[in-house]
Amino acid sequence: MQYTLVILLLPLLSFLLIGLLDSKLKPSLAGNLGTLSLAIIAALSYYCAFDYFTADRVNGVFQPVIMQMEWLRFSDSLHIDLGLLLDPISVMMLVVITTVSLMVHIYSLGYMKGETGFQRYYAFLSLFTFSMLGLVVATNIFQMYIFWELVGVSSYLLIGFYYTKPEAVAASKKAFIVTRFADLFFLIGILILSFYTQTFDFATLTAGNSNILSETAGATFLGASVLTWALALIFIGGAGKSAMFPLHVWLPDAMEGPTPVSALIHAATMVVAGVYLVARLFPVYFFYSPEVLAGIAVVGAFTSLYAAVVACVQTDIKRVLAFSTISQIGFMMVSLGASGFEGHEGLGYMASMFHLFTHAMFKALLFLGAGAIIHAVHSNEMSHMGGLRKYMPITHATFLIACLAIAGIFPLSGFFSKDEILAAVFHFCPILGVVMSFIAGLTAFYMFRLYYNIFWGEEHKHEHQPHEAPKLMTFPLIFLAAVTVVAGFIPFGHFVTADGMLYDIHIDMTVALSSTVVALIGIALATLMYRKPTQIPATLAKSSPGLYKAAMKRFYIDEFYLFVTKRVIFNCISRPLAWFDRHVIDATMDGLATITQQASVKIRGLQSGQLQRYVLVFLIGVLLAAAIAIIVYLA
Amino acid sequence: MNFLSIFVLIPTLMMLGLFLSKSRKQIQAVALTGASLLMIMAGVLTYLYLAERVAGNSAEMLFTADTVWYAPLNIHYSSGVDGVSVAMLLLSAIIVFTGVLASWKIDPLPKEFFLWFSLLSIGVFGFFITTDLFTMFMYYEIALIPMYLLIGLWGSGRKEYSAMKLTLMLMGGSAFILLGILGIYYGSGATTMNILELSKLHIPIELQRYFFPVVFLGFGVLGALFPFHTWSPDGHASAPTAVSMLHAGVLMKLGGYGCFRIAIYLLPEAAQELSWIFIVLTGISVVYGAFSAIVQTDLKYINAYSSVSHCGLVLFAILMLNRTAMTGAVMQMLSHGLMTALFFALIGMIYGRTHTRDIRELAGLMKVMPFLSVCYVIAGLASLGLPGLSGFVAEMTIFVGAFENPDIFHRVFTTIAVSSIVITAVYILRVVGKILYGKVENKHYLELTDAVWYEKFSVTVLIVAIVALGSAPLWVSNMISDSLIPVIGQLAR
Repeated sequence: MQYTLVILLLPLLSFLLIGLLDSKLKPSLAGNLGTLSLAIIAALSYYCAFDYFTADRVNGVFQPVIMQMEWLRFSDSLHIDLGLLLDPISVMMLVVITTVSLMVHIYSLGYMKGETGFQRYYAFLSLFTFSMLGLVVATNIFQMYIFWELVGVSSYLLIGFYYTKPEAVAASKKAFIVTRFADLFFLIGILILSFYTQTFDFATLTAGNSNILSETAGATFLGASVLTWALALIFIGGAGKSAMFPLHVWLPDAMEGPTPVSALIHAATMVVAGVYLVARLFPVYFFYSPEVLAGIAVVGAFTSLYAAVVACVQTDIKRVLAFSTISQIGFMMVSLGASGFEGHEGLGYMASMFHLFTHAMFKALLFLGAGAIIHAVHSNEMSHMGGLRKYMPITHATFLIACLAIAGIFPLSGFFSKDEILAAVFHFCPILGVVMSFIAGLTAFYMFRLYYNIFWGEEHKHEHQPHEAPKLMTFPLIFLAAVTVVAGFIPFGHFVTADGMLYDIHIDMTVALSSTVVALIGIALATLMYRKPTQIPATLAKSSPGLYKAAMKRFYIDEFYLFVTKRVIFNCISRPLAWFDRHVIDATMDGLATITQQASVKIRGLQSGQLQRYVLVFLIGVLLAAAIAIIVYLA
Repeated sequence: MNFLSIFVLIPTLMMLGLFLSKSRKQIQAVALTGASLLMIMAGVLTYLYLAERVAGNSAEMLFTADTVWYAPLNIHYSSGVDGVSVAMLLLSAIIVFTGVLASWKIDPLPKEFFLWFSLLSIGVFGFFITTDLFTMFMYYEIALIPMYLLIGLWGSGRKEYSAMKLTLMLMGGSAFILLGILGIYYGSGATTMNILELSKLHIPIELQRYFFPVVFLGFGVLGALFPFHTWSPDGHASAPTAVSMLHAGVLMKLGGYGCFRIAIYLLPEAAQELSWIFIVLTGISVVYGAFSAIVQTDLKYINAYSSVSHCGLVLFAILMLNRTAMTGAVMQMLSHGLMTALFFALIGMIYGRTHTRDIRELAGLMKVMPFLSVCYVIAGLASLGLPGLSGFVAEMTIFVGAFENPDIFHRVFTTIAVSSIVITAVYILRVVGKILYGKVENKHYLELTDAVWYEKFSVTVLIVAIVALGSAPLWVSNMISDSLIPVIGQLAR
């Protein structure tokens, strides 16, 4: 399967080509070049998936394919390799990433048309695609970390694409620093893990019967095994990228970037890197540190609830989608945390990956749809929209499909993946299952609130008549909508499971029915409140102003961070430190110099050149010496 | 005289040529020819060195030569290189070359400037090729003195004060070094000052205890060891561009190199016993420098404090006393040398156009000078450790190496050092966001021009080196790592 290397190298090549030539290239050429290279690698990825999943299973599992070369050697046993690991989840991710990326490339040809820096935009898109692909096919955890940082920086560059806009600059900085902070823990986790196991290799780490891990599990630190510490720290890294509470603050702000970028990076691919990381190391988590896995479930559930509540009151459509993304990633995390390993027990893992797949498609669709709307009305605010269904029929239809999918309505893809997640969570802990079902209801509610506010409700007066987006933009919408409709019927358990064995999905009718009912209630409520302009939302907001305002302000998490960074770090650490450096340490050095100088000024008088004075001093000296000699002699 | 002496010979001939040259054109020609020759020779040396190693020559130092210089004190002119010195020579050649280009239009007194610049190069190259303690010390002094004049005459701001401060503090350090060298010489009872010979002898542990801190501190001052780093912000801020480049890029590496080659290699027992003192100090350096950089408003001060942090990491890694971390230390010297030179070059070019280095006054440069701005972003990304650029490779090697020490003390300080990666990101992105992005506020800036050919050339060379080291690190890291076996052998003795 040598050709898979091309999947990795082609985007890099296109980045270098477009990036180095930049404005020497005609914008259209740069765009077409990037899109063409993406089309090629998407085709290769589909072929690769076909090739991989039609190969024979050995002992019931698909055999991983590994190609790698040494990149940097630390010690005899520790070295970073760069290469490709093809196994069910990485092949699935290849398909997801190249599909969404291709759609975004095509869409951007229309959306970004005429923007300054069009070539730069495509160069960065290629860079991102390269980094993301490198991340998912990583053969070892350090390679993953390398590409992890690279996706971080591509995200930074793309969020800050409109670099003359202060909000965009601030948002890009925030995104990078928050995720960097999380990566610090990730790195320390890797260092601990590699110190005890002496390997970075995923294949060695996740091999079922490895002694390395059992030996490591023996060493403890502060009451928990070092392995638990390492895995918890690594998860924090994943939580940063995947915007888990309380490290989620960067994602809503990241919406300052161009909308197709939000669709690609901040909805479909990079933000699920944390989920992918946990899935990649799942056997290690499951067998050696179930307590961390339980913690992941709790973090995921809490984040999901938090984000869903906040999403209900946001008025910027991209912010609503951002919080919705956070909430849905929470679902994936919960599902992984609730998962077992074998057969039916491993349902959570399968469901999580399935949801990752379906969510990538319909959330990208939602963002691209939002982009088309923003393109039409030149605003992100809901209040500037309303009644758009007449003007933008294609966007409307595809957006509706995506909303129904995320709400979990049969037969759209979201129904299947969410249903399995709920089934797995109910199996793990019924209370958590109830909570997640409630969140599913909230999801349906806020998505339809969004939908009605954009396409129904009161029509806003526009300067220009809003019109449907050009074909380059509607094609990706239609394509992704089609995928959303059919993806649910993919027999996912035949491809991706926790233990790699074939597993047939059964729809759990009780869960399916109850979750559909909950979703319908959510939709019904939204219909009641937002389809036509009513006073209900305002009345509700008034009835509990504290809660409403807190949710609006995202429960003041951002303010807290701002306080810590600005007040504590900047004003209470850095400033005093800089002062200390100038006025204490440096002053000491200057002081030494001054003392030396003063001393020399004081004794300078002795070298006056006056003969009488020299003689006087000489005489006094002789007398003193004589006196001392006499005293010593007498004593 | 042997092949290696050519590195000292070329700058000497450069000085001669400069004496004779009359016009600016001639001066530039001589300087550029000399610098290019040095680059070529460094490349040739690297190739020859690696070829020898591949051919199976496993001697500790290659291309060794020895000439008696002053017999009564056993001072020899002896030279030889291992992987570490080859790496440092390569770095020095690159920085000297780009430094010449960066000061292409230096004014006034171009002739004198390049004369002192060449003398400085003699000191630097000589330091890295020699294996004799005394000769090494002599070259060290040769490298220091021109600095005073270069800053004092061609500098900006409080240049006399800064030049004096820098020279005095570094001279203070060299007093310690001299003391240490004499201690080693007499302590070992040797009849040689050759490092390779000295390493075979055993210096009593009682003496080592005295002289290890002395030597380490002496070189540490040059490596911006907390709390003896304050010459660095003032010195760098006042120095002309090329001097900042050479000073932060190469001269500060003399400190790290000396700590490693003399303090650790010749006094290994004391190093193991007393490393904790300096681990504490360097650990402080790393975060202290980074935190201080956050609030600075002068571009050069930011970079100087950032150097305190990065060079602190070099010394920190050396003190981890294992092969991985020490490899990382040398890689970090290379990486920091390249990127800090790039930073100073860019700051110089920006300052040359805007006449301010205050980040509060600069904004939106990306629109006005895209080439320089993009390069600045690349330098920033290298500095905050982006994979694919040199900083990442060096830092990761250091961290993995530091983690090989399993006790709580090392763990705590390693964690502190690792946390600097976040703080670095903060101050780098702060500057990038402030000066490059946003809208152009000062209307005069709209008329400014982007880089000209020699500036582009200089910056491009540095970026290519940074990318090369960062994306294909294996050969450098192996070359360095193989050369560390004798040092590790000393420590295990």
